[in-house]
Amino acid sequence: MASLPPYLSASERVWHYVFRIICGLTFFFLIFPLVVVVPLSFNAVPFFTFTKEMLAFDPAGYSLKWYEDFFTNLNWQGAVRNSFIIGFFATLLSTTLGTLAALGLSRPNLPAKTLLMSILISPMIVPLIISAAGMFFFYSRIGLQGTHIGVILAHAALGTPFVVITVTATLVGFDNNLIRAAASLGASPTTTFFKVIMPLILPGVISGALFAFITSFDEVVVVLFVGSFKQRTIPWQMFSGIREHISPTILAVATILVLFSIALLFSVELLRRRSERLRGIQQT
Amino acid sequence: MANTVQQSEELFTADGTPLQVSLARVHRRQKLRALLLVAPLFIFIFITFVLPIGDMLFRSVENAIVANILPRSTKLLANWDPSFGELPSEKVFAALLKDLKESHKNRTITRVGQRLNYESPGMSSLFRSSGRKVKRIKEPPYTEALIKANKGWGQIETWMLIKHFSPAYTDGYFFAAVDAKRLVSGEIIRVEENQRIYLALFVRTLRLSFIITVTTLLLGFPIAYLMAILPTKISNLLLIFVLLPFWTSLLVRTTAWIVLLQQQGVINEFLIMVGMVNTENRPEMIHNEFGTIVAMTHILLPFMVLPLFSVMKTIPKSYVRAAVSLGAHPWLAFWKIYFPNTVPGIGAGAILVFIIAIGYYITPELVGGTTGTFISNRIAYHISSSLNWGLGAALGVILLGVVTVLYLLYDKIVGIDNMKLS
Amino acid sequence: MKFNQSTFATVFVSTLLAFSGPAMAKTDLVVVSWGGAYTASQQNAYHEPYMKMNPDIKIINDDSAPQAVAKLRAMNEVKNVTWDLVDAVASDAMRLCEEGLALPINADKDLAPAPDGTPASKDFGDLIVSECFIPQIVYSTTFGYRTDKVKVKPTSVCDVFDLKKIPGKRSLEKKPINNFEWALLCDGVAPNKIYDVLGAKGGVERALKKLGTIKSSVIWWTKGAQTPQLLADGEVVIGSTYNGRLFSLIEEEKQPVAMLWDWQVFDLDGWIIPKGTKNLKAVKKFVRFATDTKRLADQAKFISYGPARKSSAPLVSKHAKLGIDMKPHMPTDPNNAKTTLLFNYTFWADHQDDFTGRFEAWLAK
Repeated sequence: MASLPPYLSASERVWHYVFRIICGLTFFFLIFPLVVVVPLSFNAVPFFTFTKEMLAFDPAGYSLKWYEDFFTNLNWQGAVRNSFIIGFFATLLSTTLGTLAALGLSRPNLPAKTLLMSILISPMIVPLIISAAGMFFFYSRIGLQGTHIGVILAHAALGTPFVVITVTATLVGFDNNLIRAAASLGASPTTTFFKVIMPLILPGVISGALFAFITSFDEVVVVLFVGSFKQRTIPWQMFSGIREHISPTILAVATILVLFSIALLFSVELLRRRSERLRGIQQT
Repeated sequence: MANTVQQSEELFTADGTPLQVSLARVHRRQKLRALLLVAPLFIFIFITFVLPIGDMLFRSVENAIVANILPRSTKLLANWDPSFGELPSEKVFAALLKDLKESHKNRTITRVGQRLNYESPGMSSLFRSSGRKVKRIKEPPYTEALIKANKGWGQIETWMLIKHFSPAYTDGYFFAAVDAKRLVSGEIIRVEENQRIYLALFVRTLRLSFIITVTTLLLGFPIAYLMAILPTKISNLLLIFVLLPFWTSLLVRTTAWIVLLQQQGVINEFLIMVGMVNTENRPEMIHNEFGTIVAMTHILLPFMVLPLFSVMKTIPKSYVRAAVSLGAHPWLAFWKIYFPNTVPGIGAGAILVFIIAIGYYITPELVGGTTGTFISNRIAYHISSSLNWGLGAALGVILLGVVTVLYLLYDKIVGIDNMKLS
Repeated sequence: MKFNQSTFATVFVSTLLAFSGPAMAKTDLVVVSWGGAYTASQQNAYHEPYMKMNPDIKIINDDSAPQAVAKLRAMNEVKNVTWDLVDAVASDAMRLCEEGLALPINADKDLAPAPDGTPASKDFGDLIVSECFIPQIVYSTTFGYRTDKVKVKPTSVCDVFDLKKIPGKRSLEKKPINNFEWALLCDGVAPNKIYDVLGAKGGVERALKKLGTIKSSVIWWTKGAQTPQLLADGEVVIGSTYNGRLFSLIEEEKQPVAMLWDWQVFDLDGWIIPKGTKNLKAVKKFVRFATDTKRLADQAKFISYGPARKSSAPLVSKHAKLGIDMKPHMPTDPNNAKTTLLFNYTFWADHQDDFTGRFEAWLAK
């Protein structure tokens, strides 16, 4: 880490380190449960307990059977496939529609703004169980219950409020003069959008898209009602059989997903750095 | 483009139209464009969400079931006046008999019995047993025969109840949702002490959601700030830390917290190992409010961090440096310059966390014990188990109303669109 | 109005299939059940053997049973029932039957007789609690306790209410059903008067008062998976759950837990055929097979729930994986069934909503 600027006072130096310790503790809090999940996914008994054998590092206390179950069980395979397909399309739909709407909502002369905003974020406000029941009835009537399209539409509806909120928040600080400058230089509205607006609101769009994806990926109530067995997602599979037992396979699934996402995010980050290096961009 | 004005009062644009007209035209076009941007999402949400939910919420007042299943009796009961203290006439009993026979055949009798049972326990067994017995009643006088089949028909309250709930729309569910009851006499009373749940649950849900919003803010603001001021390559790595918990599903995170917080759990064992806690007095950190707060703070923290981070990233670092160079103490610079710029992010994050927290029920059900459960849990129970969809919908409407009011308040006070400097 | 997307897809896929060689016209039967070990036992005892004998039938497991009642009601409202057979507990089956959402069954005509010729209605006897219900298993809600954490072995269900004899936490289901009965029993009410007292004025208060004596030591569970986990962790020293879960805990996972069968409450789990099913003939044929004497005894090889037929009881043999004799683990075994209660379906059908409300209000204080 770069050394602290020389003009800081003693108390500021202390605060500098204290602050980082506080943040460190918070990050630890965030991943603390993962620290528990990973070893438990190797548990030999189907319980969420650190058995004596495990604590003594006795190999008999450890087993790969939950991973085996995950990879051989057709139900899980279908669930993973469905989760990603549904999540991807739902996110695509909600991000596109949500970003467009957010742009419209931050225009100064939009009529009935508060009313429109309330309706557009209503999927987030209505209690999920009511949304699930309502959508179940309605989609059944129009033949969408038990179809992939039905679940995708439902999840897209649930995801758009996140995109709308995060993108409008990012647009608050947006300087409209930039648009006027681009127009004065001859850019068409689409060019302005992609070259000027988009790069600046990208953090908001991405964080909204992320929320939308996670909402779909982690969602269980709506998919239980609107979907049927063919649309079973990872959460569906996790809650399945919970009358009898909570299978530790869910811990194996969680560990695999975590490793997968670490790998994914690392490679995205490495690619980003590489592209910046190639383009000669200095780190800020 | 306005012409420079000389002496005349009216301004004209280059093509000769009055400036006002031209301006109005441009404004209209801009409004239209803004609406067009919003339209696709609006139509989408309207069809896939508003219509279905409206349908569901409508069930909170819908009450056609009684008149549909007991058509003849409800029609005649409209003319009956209970204030005379007498049972309805023989004609009404005859109509009821026909209705009961028919609904027993169509298997709709238990539905109407159940619906009335929500208002007065005992109705469902009345209808069920009557359904079985009315087959044998063939000859008048029907009044005595029906009362003999079941005493309930001889009680004026039964008839008052049916009459009261004959109309197609009812407010009964809403009263039940706030622990009240409208007696057949018309009076509105609070339900007995030992049956009051909903108001207390609403209050508890709001209170805990508020606490969770505050804790996520307190924990989330520092790390969002750290990520915003650090170079991108480090902050992106830290972002991975924030996003990791998202990949572990809700059920996994909740059970992990159970493993950590329970009496024989990891944290307690650790505390005993370092001697901070006696094995007899292990703190109860789960199956209570504390468990709900901790688990939900953990689950909702990323929802606070990400909007804050994306807003903070757009705040130029030069602002604070400028303030300090002008002589402000770093703390003052932070509070006066940096913090106000983060308010949109705080607002977005707080709204997200609060609203999501209110609607949660799976986590509070698993870790909340009896003191940490939320109102949505009751809604889920009514939709899935007791099948009292009217009450579930009424509770949902109230919850929705409360949240909408809070959202509007937040909009008034903080505003999602006017946090510029000065 | 049917959405064209799915019809297009069906036509497209079936055209593809038609061109993909000598394919058999398979009928898909959607069987809804509870998932986990329970569905696995059905798969092993019923579905696999049947599919082997009938290659033109494919049985698909859908584990939506927890939402079954709500979904069936809604499916009927929109007149589109996509399920063929639903596993339901007796109380739900009765409710569905009363509302006309399940089809009535003629036991002697539709179900197989016992090997010695006894008609099905006699073989199942009183367990056919509703004309739509096809009983499958008898299970009970009963207690298990940590043998290494109790000072004295509990012998009566009232020990659960005795904090001095059995100190520590207990786990009870977050429902008034069973808890109210046990509370009144241990408050001195005679077993045959429980429902009279409970239904009379002050009955609920009396039960709640008794439960109140242990309230602060209770962890309330909502899913069957919870008590075994709590017992394995040592979070509770004694807890109620379904007997099959305790069997798993004790015999399969070898945890230091023992059963307390005193005043176990019997309940029934079985099939109902939803009204509006599109494969009525095929599903009836399947049900006849899946509920015959041998099949019900076979299910006991995989899970410790008692077959509902009298003729199946002597056929109960060894656990398919563990090899131990299953008879002593059946809730219906005479050694275990010395004191039992049978779930009073009519009583709870009438009072469940009201009592649950009062129970929840009491819990929340």
